[in-house]
Amino acid sequence: MSDTLLKVRDLKIGATIYPPGEKPKDIEIVHGVSFDLAPGKVLGLIGESGAGKSTIGLASMAYGRGGVKITGGEVWVNGRDILKTGHRDVRALRGGEVTYVSQSAAASFNPAKKIMDQVVEAAVEQKKFSRKDAEARARTLFAKLGLPDPDNIGDRFPHQVSGGQLQRCMTALALCPEPDLVVFDEPTTALDVTTQIDVLMAIKEAIRDTGVAALYITHDLAVVAQVSDDIMVLKMGNTVEYGNVDQIINNPQEEYTKALVSVRSIEHEEKAPTPDPVLSVRNITARYKGTNFDVLKNVNVDLYPGQTLAVVGESGSGKSTLARVITGLLPPREGEIEFAGRKLSPDLAGRSREDLRELQMIYQMADVAMNPRQTVGTIIGRPLEFYFGMRGAEKKKRIIELLDEIELGEKFIDRYPAELSGGQKQRVCIARSLAAKPKMIICDEVTSALDPLVADGILKLLLDLQKIEDVAYLFITHDLATVRAISDNIAVMYQGQVQRYGGKSKVLSPPFDDYTDLLLSSVPEMRLGWLEEVIANRKMESAGN
Amino acid sequence: MSPIVKLLAQRIALSLLLLLLISMVIFAGTIILPGDVAQSILGQSATPEALANLRKELGLNEPALQRYFSWLFGALQGDLGTALTSGQDITTAIAGRFGNTLFLAFWAAVVAVPLAIFLGLLAVRFKDRWPDKLISAVTLASISIPEFLIGYVLMFVIAVKLRWFPSVAMVNDSMSLLEKLNAIALPIAVLTLVVLAHMMRMTRAAILNVMQSAYIETAELKGLNAFQVIYRHAFPNAIAPIVNVVMLNLAYLVVGVVVIEVVFVYPGMGQYLVDHVSKRDVPVVQACGLIFAAVYIGLNMIADIVAILSNPRLRHPK
Repeated sequence: MSDTLLKVRDLKIGATIYPPGEKPKDIEIVHGVSFDLAPGKVLGLIGESGAGKSTIGLASMAYGRGGVKITGGEVWVNGRDILKTGHRDVRALRGGEVTYVSQSAAASFNPAKKIMDQVVEAAVEQKKFSRKDAEARARTLFAKLGLPDPDNIGDRFPHQVSGGQLQRCMTALALCPEPDLVVFDEPTTALDVTTQIDVLMAIKEAIRDTGVAALYITHDLAVVAQVSDDIMVLKMGNTVEYGNVDQIINNPQEEYTKALVSVRSIEHEEKAPTPDPVLSVRNITARYKGTNFDVLKNVNVDLYPGQTLAVVGESGSGKSTLARVITGLLPPREGEIEFAGRKLSPDLAGRSREDLRELQMIYQMADVAMNPRQTVGTIIGRPLEFYFGMRGAEKKKRIIELLDEIELGEKFIDRYPAELSGGQKQRVCIARSLAAKPKMIICDEVTSALDPLVADGILKLLLDLQKIEDVAYLFITHDLATVRAISDNIAVMYQGQVQRYGGKSKVLSPPFDDYTDLLLSSVPEMRLGWLEEVIANRKMESAGN
Repeated sequence: MSPIVKLLAQRIALSLLLLLLISMVIFAGTIILPGDVAQSILGQSATPEALANLRKELGLNEPALQRYFSWLFGALQGDLGTALTSGQDITTAIAGRFGNTLFLAFWAAVVAVPLAIFLGLLAVRFKDRWPDKLISAVTLASISIPEFLIGYVLMFVIAVKLRWFPSVAMVNDSMSLLEKLNAIALPIAVLTLVVLAHMMRMTRAAILNVMQSAYIETAELKGLNAFQVIYRHAFPNAIAPIVNVVMLNLAYLVVGVVVIEVVFVYPGMGQYLVDHVSKRDVPVVQACGLIFAAVYIGLNMIADIVAILSNPRLRHPK
């Protein structure tokens, strides 16, 4: 057998798109990509969304998602071109020689079947193992991947284990049939940062111990640097740079790679607190209806006019619940909220129109936060009508001003949300909240769904607007790089409590408490060997295990 | 108590409450209807004394509430009262006919439900290709034509011209099962055609909805073939909506067969009900209404229970 397991030559992939009001048309999304992968090696495919990295990964299984079709080139696996073999051969390849780990294990496991049934299915179906042997192998893999109770976890249903555990089960699913190649498609992106490094370590060790080759797809260069031998940087379906990991990280040649490698470009001076906070959260304790567990426990934070308070924590820490309490969607059990010098009614129904106007919100998913059948002009114009009674030319003038402020311009006024990119949609949402001339905006993970460079642009815009409009931000995020970039004050939340609170410089400087230390040290760093180092130095286990 | 037991108990209690309310509505409805039962039994020429006597005998002078409760408790003990027109015990009269209706509904369901689900799976497998379009077109056509018309056409072609099956579906206790099935072959065919489209289209839609899920992609990337993907991974997650529409159609098979029973002169509940409505025989109408309501509520309750049981999150809490 040749020493190349996977050989891709001039791969071209197309898709059919359906633009609104026009005829469907065929476009090319990958324009001739070539690479080689030797047995037991790991190739990282990296790029922003739309770069074609997942599409290329799936093409190595001769699979096109939705209307995606492979239109040209060759994909050789174990010495045969899988684009030219029949259906039956392709089915034998999938789940046997090449397997797949998806971004969201929670969505990729069938909710109606036990984990074990799904983990061994491919191995049994492809006649690699008998059911009994496959189960034994699955249990070995569960143990190797650090899952608790490896002998019995297979009897559970997917909803009965945590997200991090399920992602490891998915890895076991992919490794169970003893494949030659595993395609990892953003396997840790949906996980909390402290869980991510455990799963990353488990994947890395499993790759090393089983000698399997892997395509590792991610948008996070720091992550891919920890697991890959080679890296290919992709942009808009083209190869930008292809080389070994050391060269790409330490000596990038192309401008685009350099931009990805360099850390965030935003610098923000911390502002000192002023005497009168715009928002005071006092002793808030809250729980959801029908439960007997406090999601927030005695939370106290202040937000000062024209400043940014970052609320940072992992999923389940209570940071989004805090936003629900402040907006009045979840009345607290105890405590009160003071806003702009007055006491806010605990529930939404008791708040005045002025309260609503001065406290706006921007959401993580910009595309579901807008009515798809309204134009950008209608969306931004609505708060102008509702709060200020603006009509006609006056309203239009203000809409155009706002569009200029978010750097989109007048030509966007008649567009529909579907015609905008992710970053543009989020800008429209920002304009909509600014239209109400608020004193404060709650930003709930507003950059989490965006690519790093786009997210950077949004953060810059938010900081610029803060200077112009003198608006305060309560910035909810799990991303510590974002926190560093924009905040004046930081509240670190852990299990419903504020673990650490104060000015940015104070919170991010040692000595740390154990949790803040874990959180800070878990943020992937762009250097080789970081993963092993941080695992060796940890003081505390992550909660999401 | 585990949450699933609680949910099921709540659902069953709700059904019973609903049935109680329906019984009130049925009873109230038959009281509000204009006309006087005694008058309609004795005819226009009855003397006032005879009317008064009959009213007393029938208990019509008692307060409505008292009559309702005695009717309800009787029904609970299996005593549905006496038919006014024939003086027959309603429970005895209905028992055989209800059995016949259930017999017809059962065999129609045995044919229609698996066929509908199979056609639904087939339509998903060949989505947007000719088998899918053919199945959709034929089932839509069959649901759009009024059932009595299908009945008469089938009767003419199959019974009269081809002479394969009898045109009149007369059954009695002395017949063997095969003879009975032979007799009701045509009504089964018509009922199947009527309920097929609804169930088939719902099966198709429910499974196609599930086919969008990420775990279907996982299954495809395991190298499973299309039928394995649909049958093993999509179908188990589409059970709840499918069972729902199946139960609605089963209820229709029991409750809605009046027309078919009349067309094929089948001795079931439908015929019995129609006969007694025209004679203004209130106790019989009440009894039939109550039984139909119980069937309807019961089947829908089963659908909900299956939906609850098919949800792994409820069956296996964390």
